Amino acid sequence: MNKMLSAALLGLVCAGICFGAEEQAVEAVQAVQTVNAAGVSVTETAEVISEAAATSTADLAMFAVNNLWVMAGGMLVFLMHLGFACVESGLARAKNCNNILFKNTMTPAIGFLSYAVCGFALMYPGVHWIWNNWFGFAGFGLHLPAGDPIAYHNGEFTYWTDFFFQGMFAATAATIVSGAVAERVKLSSYLVFTAVYVSVVYPIVGSWGWGGGWLDAMHFHDFAGSTFVHSVGGWAALSGVILLGPRIGKYVDGKVMPIMGHNMPLVTIGVFLLWLGWFGFNGASALNADPQKVSLVLVNTMIAASAAVVSSMLTSRFMLHHPDLSMTMNGCLAGLVGVTAGADCVSVGSAVIIGLVAGVIVVPAVVLFDRLHLDDPVGALSVHLVNGVWGTLAVGIFSPEYRFLPQLVGAVVIGLVSFASSFAIFFALKKTTGIRVSEEEELRGLDLCEHGGEAYPGFQFFVNM
Amino acid sequence: MKLIIAYIQPDRLNPVKQALYARSIFKISVTNALGCGQQRGYVHMWRGALQEVNLLKKVRLAIAVNDEFVETTIEGICEGARTGHIGDGKIFVLPMDECIRIRTGERGSEAIG
Repeated sequence: MNKMLSAALLGLVCAGICFGAEEQAVEAVQAVQTVNAAGVSVTETAEVISEAAATSTADLAMFAVNNLWVMAGGMLVFLMHLGFACVESGLARAKNCNNILFKNTMTPAIGFLSYAVCGFALMYPGVHWIWNNWFGFAGFGLHLPAGDPIAYHNGEFTYWTDFFFQGMFAATAATIVSGAVAERVKLSSYLVFTAVYVSVVYPIVGSWGWGGGWLDAMHFHDFAGSTFVHSVGGWAALSGVILLGPRIGKYVDGKVMPIMGHNMPLVTIGVFLLWLGWFGFNGASALNADPQKVSLVLVNTMIAASAAVVSSMLTSRFMLHHPDLSMTMNGCLAGLVGVTAGADCVSVGSAVIIGLVAGVIVVPAVVLFDRLHLDDPVGALSVHLVNGVWGTLAVGIFSPEYRFLPQLVGAVVIGLVSFASSFAIFFALKKTTGIRVSEEEELRGLDLCEHGGEAYPGFQFFVNM
Repeated sequence: MKLIIAYIQPDRLNPVKQALYARSIFKISVTNALGCGQQRGYVHMWRGALQEVNLLKKVRLAIAVNDEFVETTIEGICEGARTGHIGDGKIFVLPMDECIRIRTGERGSEAIG
């Protein structure tokens, strides 16, 4: 009984912390005091405790645990931004390293701010649908709902937990673009693109599914964002790559020239950080700490990534004659992207197949994009776009609860909308401020030209490409 | 026989190599170098503090050629390295007494190949 009581206290204190707003904190403190006073009497007359009180104590304990897990998941998703920073800077050349780290520092900051300004209200309009269930908006800023804070979202988590977790997700879509356009995009244009894409396009598209819009109504399922995060980012990366053109020296006389990354250990660290972060990305997307569901999600996430690592290693061994580290790293991420849509509703065996397929297709996808002269320095298109679509379709294939057709419709419509809107944003920027650095800046490196300093002062690299 | 030594901007290495290849000059050695010329370095800002950088990063080419290739080589280096900005670099042409290919023991023009 004492354990339960302390859990209840923990729950209320925790609620007090996450409500943030002063009046709520005061209310929570008062509530703690009330429970404290009640607690004394309960210990004195433990035998006569009513069943109702026990149930509510258990509920509060669950409330605390659910919140803690989702908040921890949000922190893990935050860690993924470091993973992206490591992967992208490692796969680029030393002369552009600062620039990429800079973009990856700005992205979560801009993403979270713009999500607070209007993204959250666009993505989760609640009852404020304006045009059928295609577009809704609950107003600028954050609106803590009136009434009992614990009653928010069926008592599963607080408003702030919800915003924190979803806000962390928001910038991930833009970070995917950052890798694909690396080494030649103008910093200012990238930042403007990120702000617009994260505050308008990502949330509107997301509201169709996660916000309870028309895709949700037709039983489209994307558990943690193979489509809503990864392919939305991947399509934007594609339009950026098309409008920017390849890096100088990448395609010479129709031939594909390799431009090697400068730090593979950094890439590896990044992939492991992303892998770890994915347990929060997928695991906390259950939006509660239900052990039965979350444990399956974690196992599916891990096993799909493992299968993809093995299959991408074998594919690169037979297609490219060597077990290629960068391809295997791409393969790991491909498996994670692939299983993201169905981690909660496919069997472990199906997750293995999803991962195996993801690892196999990522290798020819990289080669194919190169053949098409779409220069993607980090393989973001192959990982996030191709496997985002694959993961979404895989739900319709492997899950008994969901049909294939809605998955296909969702993947296609969201693809069209995200590609068209990101193309429009990049095109407008190209016609006004320009999106690409000058040839001289590209050759000298963006670190010196855009940021006035190098990532490795004191070291001398050959600038051979 | 001449030894041509050139200091160029690091990011011009690839165009210079291509210009030399187009003139059938394939044998070069390249090293990283630090140096300064007329510009006498530059001032660099690090976290709000000014730092004077005297030695700039350069790339040093060394090419041994037979006499009839001297002008072609100079032409190639200039074509690849010239941007018109300060710091494009310099070329030094030195007389070379002897050249020996270690593997075969060949000497002189033949060793240069």
